[in-house]
Amino acid sequence: MFGYILQRIFAAIPVMGFVALIVFLLLRLTPGDPAAILAGDAATPAQIALIRTRLGLDDPLYVQFFSWIWGMLRGDFGVSLLSGTPVLQMIASRMEPTISLALTTITLSVLIAVPLGVIAAWKQGTLIDRFVMLLSVVGFSVPVFVIGYVMISFFAMELRWFPVQGFRSITDGLQPFLERITLPTLTLTLLYVALIARITRTSMLEILGEDYIRTAHAKGLSETRVLMRHALRNCSVPIITVIGIGFALIISGVVVTESVFNLPGLGRLTVDAVLARDYPVIQAVILLASLVYVVVNLLIDIAYVVLDPRIRYQ
Amino acid sequence: MTDTAIPIDRGDRPSTLRKIGEVVVSSPMVMLAAVLLAIIVLASIFAPWIVPHDPGRLSPSVRLRGPDSTFWIGTDAFGRDLFSRVVMGGQISLAVGVGAAIVSVAAGLALGLLAGYIRWLDAILMRFVDGLMAIPNILLAIAIVSLWGAGLWTVLIAITIPEIPRVVRLVRSVVLSAREEPYVEAAIAAGSSSWLIMRRHLLPNTVAPLIVQGTYICASAILVEAILSFLGAGINPETPSWGNIMAEGRLFFQINPGIILWPGLVVSVTILSINLLGDAVRDALDPRMAKRGIDR
Repeated sequence: MFGYILQRIFAAIPVMGFVALIVFLLLRLTPGDPAAILAGDAATPAQIALIRTRLGLDDPLYVQFFSWIWGMLRGDFGVSLLSGTPVLQMIASRMEPTISLALTTITLSVLIAVPLGVIAAWKQGTLIDRFVMLLSVVGFSVPVFVIGYVMISFFAMELRWFPVQGFRSITDGLQPFLERITLPTLTLTLLYVALIARITRTSMLEILGEDYIRTAHAKGLSETRVLMRHALRNCSVPIITVIGIGFALIISGVVVTESVFNLPGLGRLTVDAVLARDYPVIQAVILLASLVYVVVNLLIDIAYVVLDPRIRYQ
Repeated sequence: MTDTAIPIDRGDRPSTLRKIGEVVVSSPMVMLAAVLLAIIVLASIFAPWIVPHDPGRLSPSVRLRGPDSTFWIGTDAFGRDLFSRVVMGGQISLAVGVGAAIVSVAAGLALGLLAGYIRWLDAILMRFVDGLMAIPNILLAIAIVSLWGAGLWTVLIAITIPEIPRVVRLVRSVVLSAREEPYVEAAIAAGSSSWLIMRRHLLPNTVAPLIVQGTYICASAILVEAILSFLGAGINPETPSWGNIMAEGRLFFQINPGIILWPGLVVSVTILSINLLGDAVRDALDPRMAKRGIDR
């Protein structure tokens, strides 16, 4: 088992290497002088030269790549072209709203989506099932920010239950925190419920067709007992998988949701950096997001082995 | 090239188009989706003749109006007719959706066939694909737009690149399983060239899954275009697209929510219809496809 886990960890390292290579090449493959592009139209030659030295653009490509990687391994992600602040420090100061939103969303979505998916599979073909499936297609089809603005116009502007925008830290008290995080969480949850409910339903359907479920029915177990003890338990692996897949979705969703609700998190930081062409910030956020994605998927691979003995030692 | 492949007996199986047609007619929901999508597509194609007002004309005296008999769904912050802009905007949004689907399917097909067929290339290409897939698509797209500048072509490229890896993986998996089939082994044994095997035996297997994947990519591309514009990294607002109409409405949402909600409704209905049709086509072509991971 430990051999397997070690093997998975070593497999994740080249993936991160290729992510870094892609991010690195993106800037270097940009037609024209990257330094001039980043400096903007109104830049003086001195400013362009400064950016060029800061990013080490005069060195040969492989030197640039490895010195950049080496710097990051020591925690040096460069400095913002705009403010001169170390990028890592900027990211650290914006973590809280993003992590809060991601955690509330994942918790709420799993609580809603897993029962929905199970019920849909159990009552396959009925009205409930169709409703859940329709809800899931709708969740895939409506842009997150449109859901966000519908939430704002109804709950914040019509009913005045919540403030329109903003963020308060949980350390300022639970009530102000919840008041401001509720609408963004609901917005993102709709998207995430769509994904999890759909996959829970599919895996549940597959499991309900297995022989041991028929056996459980045949030996006279009650419907709920079959569902809870035999079916749902074997569903844990696919559900965990989908949480991993959904992580990529949630990262993209967070960027948009933070813009709608004006949350000062990593998403806003990225959008501001894009508008200002602050490439060191953009590349650091991309690398960080990909790292989180790769690590989450690694943890999920490890969770498989723990949860499902059939997968072990492959 | 000498044609050494054994002729394929196509029999009298119902054609792909006919199977799709049967599924569309069989469900009222899918039927409704097809009709709505047809209306939206036709309205976009004939937009210049349909729009009641010039979508670019600024009329400051009527800015931020609600719906009335002249301006059916109101006006934006510059007094431009919202209905005309939404109808015109369909041209760009749909073009981006269809364009991204065609380009990413073509590129993914070529790379996937190569990866599935040439072993040494597979190792390198798939590592690159894994790396690309680990980057959230919106982040990758806005990074590309921020570097290369916001234009129709950059936006199209930025939306297409993150979609390619999924197609590559799909095609590769189809090719890998088809390679093991006796008829492909027979073709190899008969001395058919690699090119002929790919074209005659492997390519036809990819058609059905690619049609389905293509519809999903089209839906996703329209969504990403809207998001990119909304974040300020999209197509120049002078050319209306559904995304940038909504982006311009952000500041005035509390005065006239319709600037975001009307185009939002149209985008949602469009994407929903494409997705429903995609599901229907998937079920028509091969019910097992859903289980092989061809899903969103």
